[in-house]
Amino acid sequence: MSGTFVGMPAFPKAAHEAVHNATLRGNLRHATHTIRSKRAKAVAEVSDWAALREAGKQIKDHTLRHLDDYLVQLEESVTAAGGIVHWAADADEANRIVVELVKMTGETEVVKVKSMATQEIGLNEALEAEGIHAYETDLAELIVQLGKDRPSHILVPAIHRNRGEIRDIFAREMSEWGRPAPEGLTDTPAELAEAARLHLREKFLRAKVGVSGANFMVAETGTLVVVESEGNGRMCLTLPETLISVVGIEKIVPTWQDLEVFLQTLPRSSTAERMNPYTSTWTGTRDGGAGEGDGPQTFHLVLLDNGRTDTLADEVGRQALRCIRCSACLNVCPVYERAGGHAYGSVYPGPIGAILSPQLRGTGSEIDASLPYASTLCGACYEVCPVAIDIPEVLVHLRERVAEGGQATRGGNRVVLKPAKGHAAERAAMRAARWAFSHPGALRTGQRLASRTRRFHPRTLPGPGRAWSETRDLPAVPAEPFRDWWQRTQGGKEAEAK
Amino acid sequence: MSSRDVILGRVRRAIADVRQDDTPYEQAVDRSYLREHGARSVAETVDLLAENLADYRALVHHCDADGLAATIAGLLAERGSASVVVPAGLDEAWLAATEVTRVPDRLDNTPHELDAVDSVVTACAVAIAETGTLVLDGSPDQGRRRITLVPDHHICVVRVPDQVVSSVPQALERLDPARPLTWISGPSATSDIELDRVEGVHGPRTLEVVLVSGE
Repeated sequence: MSGTFVGMPAFPKAAHEAVHNATLRGNLRHATHTIRSKRAKAVAEVSDWAALREAGKQIKDHTLRHLDDYLVQLEESVTAAGGIVHWAADADEANRIVVELVKMTGETEVVKVKSMATQEIGLNEALEAEGIHAYETDLAELIVQLGKDRPSHILVPAIHRNRGEIRDIFAREMSEWGRPAPEGLTDTPAELAEAARLHLREKFLRAKVGVSGANFMVAETGTLVVVESEGNGRMCLTLPETLISVVGIEKIVPTWQDLEVFLQTLPRSSTAERMNPYTSTWTGTRDGGAGEGDGPQTFHLVLLDNGRTDTLADEVGRQALRCIRCSACLNVCPVYERAGGHAYGSVYPGPIGAILSPQLRGTGSEIDASLPYASTLCGACYEVCPVAIDIPEVLVHLRERVAEGGQATRGGNRVVLKPAKGHAAERAAMRAARWAFSHPGALRTGQRLASRTRRFHPRTLPGPGRAWSETRDLPAVPAEPFRDWWQRTQGGKEAEAK
Repeated sequence: MSSRDVILGRVRRAIADVRQDDTPYEQAVDRSYLREHGARSVAETVDLLAENLADYRALVHHCDADGLAATIAGLLAERGSASVVVPAGLDEAWLAATEVTRVPDRLDNTPHELDAVDSVVTACAVAIAETGTLVLDGSPDQGRRRITLVPDHHICVVRVPDQVVSSVPQALERLDPARPLTWISGPSATSDIELDRVEGVHGPRTLEVVLVSGE
């Protein structure tokens, strides 16, 4: 995926570092708890939420099950509306296409509206290598780009930064990229937003090329939809002469009417608003006829695979492609809240990232093999998901793949994966447990011994158990084994009788 | 083989488990969700629109058709605007009571020229009460998308009750997907700094909505 994440340590190590960063945990806790309660309120306003959620799931599932038909239909309708469609099988090909398209315009600058797909493929780095500067224009993306940082949240990529940190980044870095931050900039959000407005406006007004993603593509009409808050999206989609949109092939909905479901569930799930401040839709270009010259004269759509068809091939895991990137699952996740977004080593952090990244990239690397374990399986992510992705189900499915190996699809080919290394201790422990549970006498003796020696137990396990106990607190052993207590009290009856 | 063929081939192999007689689109989605939330009279729907617009920091004004020109003139004066962008098809009577310099929406005015203009006045295509949303569709009385984007002050006129619908599903029915649409719910805002909502980043920082009745 993105070059910024190369060499990431596996999740447990990265998470271990993150949970000891008090500022990060404070920032995350404040942010996730704020949005959590707001979201619950926004959802409660809509009495048919369950029906909308089910409809969203059904629309996406149906689309995925007939994705070839809808892709062809989309290509036809975009082309008929004056757009040009390109197909990219992987990140390299997508980057090559976009670099080539920008070069054809003769420009060396592009303005970008936040697009996870372009982060996923590392487009900014690819453009930079060809001497083309890409300016991120979403406030949070700007904070990340100026801070030479990585995004940590799907919706609020700078969620790990507090206002003081943001002020320092603006004051230090803005002059490197264009208009400097105003003198005496304070850390009030309004002033910080104003500084970003002034800094970016000079870029918007002269921009000739815009690069975007899209939240939805309508196969029936060839319409693309971008949902946003700040207006930077409208700027990038409206002012440049050339617009290049890089969109994952799973972002299709069949008909215009389908938007009525997602334009209700997405804003309430993501920013907890009845509606996000701005939504833009465009269908090809507006050349000739009424509204001529409204928006870019040239529109390119780059349809991106990059592991999506491999994900589609997995009957359990394909539901991850229903994701509409609302980020509700991140905000309720007890693991995300403590470990932070960077620990996931991907542009897709949190519960959805834990199932999406190992499918898009495969489970070959250490970080990707560890991601299915980055969860307590508490199920909160499934409860809030507006398209009902059963994230715990997919996590368990992927854990099995990591631990046991098995069939998977990589680069369009069926492959048989070997069990991942590093699970020997776990397998040995499970074998030992199986033996103990089938030998009641030994279990009883062992439990009594453990209770009597509890004062002397170490805080971490020795030997192969060390890795396990390094990322967990060992549970305290009770003073008396449960089975002894049961026998002594007849299941608490003795205590009741007293 | 082209990447198009590669990707379509991979998709077809990936969904080989899908039966040929899989449920067609028309029956695949249960549309028992609501067309609108709650029962309201026409007047209540307009009130809800005003309430939800205001909740997201739009400034809402009411007037009748006869008072519209004076209302718009008053808002421009209050703001101290010296110039206003005017879409080609805007009803001339709307600006009859003001003397501010008019800048017509033309193909050749540059973003920098628009940046120097103080205000813009437009109509809208439809307004959604439940969400407090205005939708512009680029009709002659609304102009190109950029004129409601670059100037810092947007006055949008909504004819009530005929341009008001209750819900998102009802709005989509009225809209033409072939037109470039801009949905506006309050002025530009961000929640990127500690999830505190701040109004005004890149779009107009002040959104004034005039609900005009009885035309």
